[in-house]
Amino acid sequence: MGEPHVHDVLILGGGAVGTTLARALSRFDLDVVLLEAEAEVAFGVSKANSGIIHSGLHAPGDTLKGRLEYPGNRGWHQLHEELGFGFAPVGETLVAVEEAELATIESIRQQGVDKGVPGTQPWTPQQALDAEPNLNRDLAGAVWVPTAAVINPYEAVMLVADAAQRNGVRIEVEQPVIAIDPVDAHRPDAPLIVHTPAGPWHGRYVINATGLFADEVAAMAGVPGLTIRPRKGEEYLLDRRVEGLVHSIVFPAPRPTSKGTLVIPTVDGTIMVGPTAHEVDDKWDTSTTEEGAAEVFANARRLVPVLNERDVIAEFAGLRPVAQTGDFVVGPTERPGFINAAGILSPGLTAAPALADHLVDILADQGLALVETTDWDPTAPHPVRFAGRSTDEQRRLAADDPRYARLVCRCELVTEAEVREAISRGARTLDGLKFRTRAGMGRCQGAFCTWSCLTLLAEGLDVPVTAVTKRGGDSWIVCERDDQPEPDATGGDQPELDAAGSSVAW
Amino acid sequence: MVTTEHPRQLADSYDVTIVGGGPAGLAAAVGARDQGAERILLVDRDPTPGGILLQCIHSGFGLHTFGEDVTGPEYAHRALEQVVDHDVDVLTDAYVTDASSDLRLKLMSPSTGVATVDTSTVVLAPGARERTRGAIRIPGERPAGVMTAGLAQAMVNLHGRLPGRRAMILGSGDIGLIMARRLTLEGVEVAGVCELLPYPSGIGRNVVQCLEDFDIPLHLSTTVVDIHGRDRLEGVTIAPVDDDRRPVMSRSAHVPCDTLLLSVGLIPDAELAQRLQLRLDPVTGGPVVSSTMETSRPGVFAAGNGVHVNDLADWVSREAQVAGAAAGDLALGRHRPLEDVHVTPGHNVGYVVPHTLSTSRTQTVSFRVKEPIHGDTILRIGDVHRRKVRAVVPAEMITLKVGPKLLDGCAGDTLRVDAIPAGQEEA
Amino acid sequence: MAATCTTDGPPPDGVETVTYLCTGCPLGCRLEVDAIDDEVVEVRGFRCKRGLRYGTQEHTDPRREVATTVWLCGGDVQRLPVRAAAPVPKASVRSFVRALAGVRVSAPIALGSVVAEDVAGTGIDAIATRGVPPPGAGSSDDRDRATGRPSVSGSEGG
Repeated sequence: MGEPHVHDVLILGGGAVGTTLARALSRFDLDVVLLEAEAEVAFGVSKANSGIIHSGLHAPGDTLKGRLEYPGNRGWHQLHEELGFGFAPVGETLVAVEEAELATIESIRQQGVDKGVPGTQPWTPQQALDAEPNLNRDLAGAVWVPTAAVINPYEAVMLVADAAQRNGVRIEVEQPVIAIDPVDAHRPDAPLIVHTPAGPWHGRYVINATGLFADEVAAMAGVPGLTIRPRKGEEYLLDRRVEGLVHSIVFPAPRPTSKGTLVIPTVDGTIMVGPTAHEVDDKWDTSTTEEGAAEVFANARRLVPVLNERDVIAEFAGLRPVAQTGDFVVGPTERPGFINAAGILSPGLTAAPALADHLVDILADQGLALVETTDWDPTAPHPVRFAGRSTDEQRRLAADDPRYARLVCRCELVTEAEVREAISRGARTLDGLKFRTRAGMGRCQGAFCTWSCLTLLAEGLDVPVTAVTKRGGDSWIVCERDDQPEPDATGGDQPELDAAGSSVAW
Repeated sequence: MVTTEHPRQLADSYDVTIVGGGPAGLAAAVGARDQGAERILLVDRDPTPGGILLQCIHSGFGLHTFGEDVTGPEYAHRALEQVVDHDVDVLTDAYVTDASSDLRLKLMSPSTGVATVDTSTVVLAPGARERTRGAIRIPGERPAGVMTAGLAQAMVNLHGRLPGRRAMILGSGDIGLIMARRLTLEGVEVAGVCELLPYPSGIGRNVVQCLEDFDIPLHLSTTVVDIHGRDRLEGVTIAPVDDDRRPVMSRSAHVPCDTLLLSVGLIPDAELAQRLQLRLDPVTGGPVVSSTMETSRPGVFAAGNGVHVNDLADWVSREAQVAGAAAGDLALGRHRPLEDVHVTPGHNVGYVVPHTLSTSRTQTVSFRVKEPIHGDTILRIGDVHRRKVRAVVPAEMITLKVGPKLLDGCAGDTLRVDAIPAGQEEA
Repeated sequence: MAATCTTDGPPPDGVETVTYLCTGCPLGCRLEVDAIDDEVVEVRGFRCKRGLRYGTQEHTDPRREVATTVWLCGGDVQRLPVRAAAPVPKASVRSFVRALAGVRVSAPIALGSVVAEDVAGTGIDAIATRGVPPPGAGSSDDRDRATGRPSVSGSEGG
């Protein structure tokens, strides 16, 4: 048996941290593999996230998360230019509902100013109401911060992964880490060996960006002392008819455990309210609760009184990976080559591009040779969002490719061409397709488009529709009848006729 | 069969454009044509017009329209046949994505690309969509296997795949009841049907033929309170509800199943109605309409489940024919009737369609009661019409014909529609 | 097991009264059927003659309209809807549907054509409730009824 192939860097985890790092490393002449446990990248912590690129105000400057927050904000602006994911620089309105909260919001503003965040403005109640007429009319004051933006975290992460892949990073999905071999006493500097169901992966450096499971993965590597506790956040997405209710992200004066319940104009023009912040025990517990909904709407109505629970069309919960320090846990460990990027809670998504640069510096410090490649392409073809184009552009698109004129998802106006494009860029599940294109994310929540999406995925992946899943694993969507003909002659576009053109009973 | 052809070239303008090719759209086309409108365009999203009828393979359609009991696909065929006989431009696989206030419609289809057409009048016949898990806010996890009953119906009846192996159904609406039978017959075990209300939401015939015939339990005053399963649904928790419809968790039970079908109501699809900023009825969710089904925007008509959810396709056809005829009349320059009477829901009435009446013509008033009355019931329209019926339930839409004779002298009035137990009329 | 069936205590004069919900139309009339030794003597509660017929029939020989689907080859959908040409005895509904489940037909299909004869020994045929044009003819100028009769072989299926 020959020597195993040793990769320069194994990135464990395909969330915002892992993918932005993969993309940052892709400009160097390196052999990088990203291993994602789920069926697609962004399916962990990054998926169920508020999607806010924070203004830079919120985390204290003496913490790592605070230091990386505003540089990360700038990083996302640049990634948006290069990759073309949905991005709306909506700004933030930080609201003091009561007089007592005025000092709090002003101290947060000052914290931002100290960190170099430009453009912040203290607002009188009237200024705030002029900008956001649906705010609580009794508010005491507000702070305006222009630097905040919103993205679709999954769409952005998926495109960042796509960009990394285009520049040579290998991405492997459904690769949960099962074990990491202990240090070889005779060769303490030998490559690390990471075991997944697809076999061992050898890497000189291993980045632990496994989100909620970073403590377990660190323990596998023989790195003790890290504890990750899940802190649940429930979010509620409202019907399009309340579009325009707020124009900026509306924040309350924060509380100790979280930034509080926000009212968020999503990048797609819908309104989202949330999140809650409650410690839970189960790292898989993404259930929403009646109490959570009650809490979210009670808090959100303090800010925007006309919010109505009846407008909810979808709800979800995400888990923040909280390390015992409350800050990011990033850096080399006692295991040579094993580097943690753990405890990435809010503003983790925002910080990710800056954190990626920080990790590149750490890798260089640890001895990784960084030689820039000559053919690195910072850009990638921007995905076409048909619904967002002008009628003339739509006409041209449809004239060139009639599949732009066939709607798959009518609630969100997603065309067949966009769905096929997403599949060619790596969508392999119904959720992955939804997160990339919005097909199935609207009012009807997939009642009309699920079948079209299933058949297009089955065709693109060359599998029967029964093999297509919602999000990988055992999340199958339809099953065969027990009298399904073999071979599958009825699933494709061109059903197979037998030689005589007559029918046969199976 | 009836095949439709794409118009080789879309005309720049039409007298009447009908958006939707289900029972409402097809009947509207016939109505418009019967009034003499010549240039009629019908736009349908599917490759074959017929709408949801094509997946409703069961019988129970057509008694009023065709005088016999036929299945959904047969009803669709007959309706489409009339349209083809009437020489209507039918554009399939197409969507109207926008409409301006001067009735320039933006549409798209693979055969036409992105196109605009001007139309003198338009009939919106978009049908309804099903309420989803989000709309009824069931807490719990989000595994695969939770879907609307209509999606499951399409999977089974059109695409030949099953939604799962053991299903629970939430909501006793007609689609849910019919799917309970359908799944049972196709070998899927149906664990039961839960209904939040103390009475079934679907019509009695379906309770008998779809549940009782197959010993499928119907749990009234019961709902799903939790959903379990990380990847695929593994089970649901059901619980009875108290008089305030709050779940009694101490009496909850776990039901193992891999599929949860939701049959928890339909909502008019008001996408285009909203783009056209039509006035909507907050109860139905559809546009406010006149006796000829004209909306708050002149020249824009609406009919069928896009206005209010009907229980019979026959009622949809009848209403849409009125809408189509009026759209045709208006396009040809004829005057619309004076809408001089308002109707409004009164005692135990949820909504009334249309919202105004004309003293000059005969029209049908449709409404639903809020609560069932098990016994002789008086239906009243103001003090001009009074009828005794045996019983009323919310599942069954009530229709009353009102003509000029009854409405004589009512011009300017607002008439309340009431449904009152016989003998309690004074209260 | 009778549907919606209740008996009102010991029958006086040998008359047994059973109630049914008429399924003749969606109105759902509540019928009372008086019978002596399974012979129907009176039906009450109907609003049309359909109810009278239904009450008698349901008490003596209950039958159901049956609709299901068979495999379709060469159409834009995979299943062709079919119905029983006549009401099927209630006890045979399941076997009727299971016998059709695996049947496979090919386009073109004429609406109303017989897809399977004497299904599950009931003596009742299954007929197509949707017409399907020949493959590739979906948008032709042909507006006539397709006359192509499918060749079909039945299967006991399931």
